This record gives sequence, structure tokens and C-alpha cells, in this order.
Amino acid sequence: MTTSRTDNDILAVDHLSMRFGGIVAVNDLSFTAKRGDITALIGPNGAGKTTVFNCITGFYKPTTGMMRLIHDDNREFLLERLFDYRISKVAKVARTFQNIRLFAGMTALENLMVAQHNSLMLASGYTFLGLIGAPGFRRAEKNAIDLARYWLDRIGLTARADDAAGNLPYGDQRRLEIARAMCSEPVLLCLDEPAAGLNARESDELSQLLLAIRKDHGTSVLLIEHDMSVVMEISDCIFVLDHGVKIAAGTPREIRDDPKVIAAYLGADEQAAIEVMEGGA
Amino acid sequence: MARSIDPAARAPKAAASRGIAFILKKSAISALVALFLFSLMIGIRTEAGPTGQLIYWTRFGDLAALVAAVFFGSIAVELLRQWIGPSKKITLLPESASGMIATLRRLLVPALLTFAVLVPVIFYDQRYILDLGILVLTYVMLGWGLNIVVGLAGLLDLGYVAFYAVGAYSYALLATTFDLSFWVCLPLAGILAAFWGVLLGFPVLRLRGDYLAIVTLAFGEIIRLILLNWQHVTGGPNGITGIPRPSFFGIPLTNTEDGLAARLGIEFSTTHRVVFLFYLILALALLTNWVTIRLRRLPIGRAWEALREDEVACRSLGINTTTTKLTAFATGAMFGGFAGAFFATRQGFISPESFTFQESALVLAIVVLGGMGSQLGVALAALAMIGGFELFRGFEQFRMLVFGLAMVLLMIWRPRGLIGHRAPSVFLEKPTEISSAMVKEGHG
Repeated sequence: MTTSRTDNDILAVDHLSMRFGGIVAVNDLSFTAKRGDITALIGPNGAGKTTVFNCITGFYKPTTGMMRLIHDDNREFLLERLFDYRISKVAKVARTFQNIRLFAGMTALENLMVAQHNSLMLASGYTFLGLIGAPGFRRAEKNAIDLARYWLDRIGLTARADDAAGNLPYGDQRRLEIARAMCSEPVLLCLDEPAAGLNARESDELSQLLLAIRKDHGTSVLLIEHDMSVVMEISDCIFVLDHGVKIAAGTPREIRDDPKVIAAYLGADEQAAIEVMEGGA
Repeated sequence: MARSIDPAARAPKAAASRGIAFILKKSAISALVALFLFSLMIGIRTEAGPTGQLIYWTRFGDLAALVAAVFFGSIAVELLRQWIGPSKKITLLPESASGMIATLRRLLVPALLTFAVLVPVIFYDQRYILDLGILVLTYVMLGWGLNIVVGLAGLLDLGYVAFYAVGAYSYALLATTFDLSFWVCLPLAGILAAFWGVLLGFPVLRLRGDYLAIVTLAFGEIIRLILLNWQHVTGGPNGITGIPRPSFFGIPLTNTEDGLAARLGIEFSTTHRVVFLFYLILALALLTNWVTIRLRRLPIGRAWEALREDEVACRSLGINTTTTKLTAFATGAMFGGFAGAFFATRQGFISPESFTFQESALVLAIVVLGGMGSQLGVALAALAMIGGFELFRGFEQFRMLVFGLAMVLLMIWRPRGLIGHRAPSVFLEKPTEISSAMVKEGHG
């Protein structure tokens, strides 16, 4: 309750700190992400962005701080208290990884089916009903395949549904990972550098996909990205991190003109950056 | 001889890929290794003299012959390798051939199944073949059981024999102490083995790879040592004798008035029981297979395979990796327990000697040789390992040597097992086999 919070927030991070031994990766970070927004987290390499992600998605337990996720129906989840897999299962936060983590030996379709594990598990009566082929499970499985097919259509991979995920081109793998995350029907989608390694056209497609996801599914997106064309085009709100500290927050336009941000990216000290900018203007 | 080598010798010159110096160097290294290895084994012969002292004499002539054989053999192998060309060329098959192989493979399963069902009919008079068939099927079942843990979930389990032992002792103790019938004991043995599977699962949840393997290995030994030392329950090294033979659903297979033969009005023969045991293990093995195939297409099976592929991604998708691993251990262990109960009723006598690490290693070898995750591959590997081992009986003391050589060659030829590719569990258009290069072996 320390930060000002409106009813429209989906994620409220308060005073989050993460230390690894003597290294402070994230230092007293607070920010909120609004429901239905695309919120970007940017910053130079080593700023602690991925650490924040790992805290939110339960791969790290933060040293201090509170992370609240608020559903539509006002249910609150304290993410730092949820066991890792429950963050996806209960709180409905899905994520992708900086280095793609698909199930390479499984087909694209299977990847999307694994993402629906929890709902299918329930439908299969924790395997027992599924083993005897209960009609309820068959229906659920058919629906799951339909959902997977829908997402394959969305990312344009229907033709390659039965190919091993590891055989797909890099850009397709990136999109498949996003589709896989979306198949777990999240309220908050956390994307760790989704445009890394994509060419200009693929980055543009990615931007359109993310905008469409937000528009059609109402899923809020939290984004780490270095590709500024993507960030500036689709973000509603940007938070800038440097050395584990939030140095700026605002709309893309505000961030673009913030001298502190430029300084952080250029590696110069603040005064020098301002001089550079003023000289340029 | 000279004629056969001649074209081989010309080929590398034409290809000019590897020079003579390379071949000579490689062969010299091989010869050096041979010299080092055999200098003590062949070069010096030791024996106890008449008064107990050590006498020895040298056999440098034999040693020189052997080293020379290795040197020239190495040259021949290298030339042959260059003559045949890089191995990639021979693994790629023309379209028609691979199509034919696909048809053959589709026919292979029904053919094997029909053959298995007909074995007692064809070999009714040959007790040896029937016994061998039962043995092979037992290992097929164990292989399929372990395949769930190792092949699907990617958890390397070196102590699988522990569950086999738990199943066998469960049946033996329940049947001899409480006089329960085989058909009551069978599920109980499975449940008890599954329970021990979970018990093993808990401490190893956080372990991966080599560490997991060592702990499971230790677990197998612990179970064996308990069986060996808990004398007043398990009988220690004496084992348990007088384990009841299975009945034909309540009707004993004995030469008595109420025996099956008497009731059917046919002449009694001990073969009846062997045939019954054969069909019993066939049914149990097929049950294991059916359940595994079903499980693979259920969310739990997909979660096992996903776990093998990437555990971190599993957790990010809300899959409870703890229960997923435990169910894999439990399911695999349950089938091991079933097989154990069958083993006990077939033998009528069990002792810890039957449950050594060698058994675990054999079953694991079957799974790895067959191709991890492949049901057909495991069945073929069990047939080759157990049946093939019998085939080599003619080689007498060289049996192990020939067998080991065959395994090494097979693993060079097919490093991912007989059937290394993976069939998808669900498909939109048509199922395409996934090459073994993509599929991971699992990391824990």
C-alpha cells in the first residue's frame, strides 16, 4: 500500500530488492503496470531487468519487497509467496525466455498442448478418466487442440504444426514461444526480449502480434526489450532501469527525451549527456 | 587378400582426403596402446612354481605378433573407412528404400505380436524356448516400465531393480504369510512398488544427471541389503521358498482332481503351467505397453516429455514438476512391481541374489539400446539382448566378448538406439517422426 495504486493496476511491485551475495541486482524498485497496457522495462545490459522478471515469475525469491498481482475480480496474489509453478497456474502469469526455451523435440502443436497442462489435467480427472477415455476428456482435448490451432493461425505456423519445434526458424520459434505462453491463458504476459535476433520485418510483425494480443484478449503485457523501435511503437508506459534502480518512468515520448535515460544508455554522466543533447538541439 | 586391399589403397589417393602419414600415425598409436596393454597380459606369463614361488617367462614373440596384427588391422580399418567414405553417405537412404522400410516397420508390430501369441503353439514341445520366451517378455516388461522413467521423463534411474525386488518380495511375503492369491497380490505388489517409487522420488527431486544416477544406484543397493539382512522377515540370503504358483483364476494348475487338466478332462502336463505363465507375462507386458501408450497422449505423459526437454520451461507453464517427477517414478516402479510379482510366482523361490545391480544395468541397457522412449525399440532390444545372449551360447567363454562387441558396434551404428526418432503424441495433419537429433535425453 506504499505506492499510489489505482483500481486499474494489474501488477504492483513495491520496494523490490534482490541481492546475490554482495551484488545488488535490483535495489528498492517500485512500479505498477496497468491492466490492458503494454508496459516496457528497458535499460542497459546488466540493469537488472531479467532479475525483475525472474522475481515476478517465481524463479527467484526476492530479498525484500512485495509484488501484487490483481485479477479482474479484484483477487490479489502475492507473487513472492507463491511457489514457482503456481504463479503460472493460479496467478496466471506467463513468460517467455531471453534464450528461447521451447520443447525442441516436441512438435509445435505439442508445445501448445503442454501449455494447457493444468486445464487438461483437470479434464482428464488427474489421468484416471483420461486413461479410460472418458468423453469429457476427449471434448476437453479437442478444445485444447482448437485453441492451439487458433494460436498457430495467429502466428502463421499452422502449416508447420507437426514439425519439431527445434526445427523451426529462429523467428518462428520466438513467436511459437509467445503462442505457447498465451495458451496458458494468462492475465499478464511477461516477454523477455522477444525481438532479440529478429530482423526489421520480423520485429514489425512481432509488434503487430503483441498489439493484437492486447486488443483481442485483453492480456496485459510486460516487456523487456532492447529493440527501441518495438518499445517505442507499442508501449503505453516505460520504466527505465540502471544498475538495479529505476531512473525514469513515463510514456515513450517522455522517455525518449529524458536526459537520464540517454546518459544511462550512452554511459556518460548526466551533465555530459545533457550537454550532448543540448548541443545536438 | 592383396587384391581386396588394392582398390582400397587406390581410393584414398584418388580422394586425397587423408594421407598415408595420417594412416600410419593412427595405426602406430593403436599399436602403441596395444603394446602397453598386452605387454603384461601376453608378454609376461607368471605361474606359481612347485614350491610356491613365482616363476615367470616372457613371450615377446606372441606380443610382437599381436602388436603387428593391431598395426596392420588398424591400417586396414582406416583404408576401409576411406574407401566406403564418410558415414553420412551410408545413412542416407534413397526415397524408395526408406518408403519400403516404413512399410516394413508398420508390419513389424503386428507380426511381432502375432508371433508372440503363437509362440506357445509353435514351440509347445520345446520347454527351453518357452522358458526363454518368458524371460524375454519379463525383460520387455521391465524395459517398458523403466522406459517411462528414463525414456519419457528423462530421469536416469540406475536402481530400477529395487522395484522389481519390492514387487517380488511383496508377492512372496503376502502369499506365504497371508495366503492371498496371486490375483490379489499382483495389484498390491504394484502399489507397494509404486509407494517405494515415490519414496525414492522425494530425496532425488532436486538432483540431476550423474547425481541422480548415483542416488538411484544407492537406493537399489539399499533395498538389496535390507532384503539380505532383515533375516526374520525376508529370510536373508536363504530367500523365500515355497511361493505359491499361480492358479488359473482360482483353478490350480496341478495334477490333482480339482486341477485344470482334470476339470477339462485332458491329460496333465507341466507344460500347461509354462504356457499359462507365458500368456500371463505377455498380458502383463501388453498392459504395460497399452498404459504407456495411453499415458503418452494424456497431459501427464506430455508433461513427462516436456520435463525431459526443459524443466525450467515446464515450471513457467504452471506444471508442477515435483508431482510430475513423482508420478513418473511411481508409474515406472508399479510396472517393475508387477514384473517382480510375476517373477516370484514363476520361480517359486526368490533371494536377494536375483536383484543385483547387474539386473538394473541390463534393463537400462535394453532401454538405451532400444532407443529411449520407443516402445518397439525396447521390445526389440530386449529380444536381442536376452535372446541374442542365448544365441551366443555356442561361443562358450567368448560369449560375453562377442556380446559386448555387438553392443559397441550397435551403439556406433545407432548412437540413439535402434529406434531413435520420436513419434509425436498429437498431430494436426499427419504425424511426422521427429529425428533423434532434436529430442533430448533428459538431464536428470
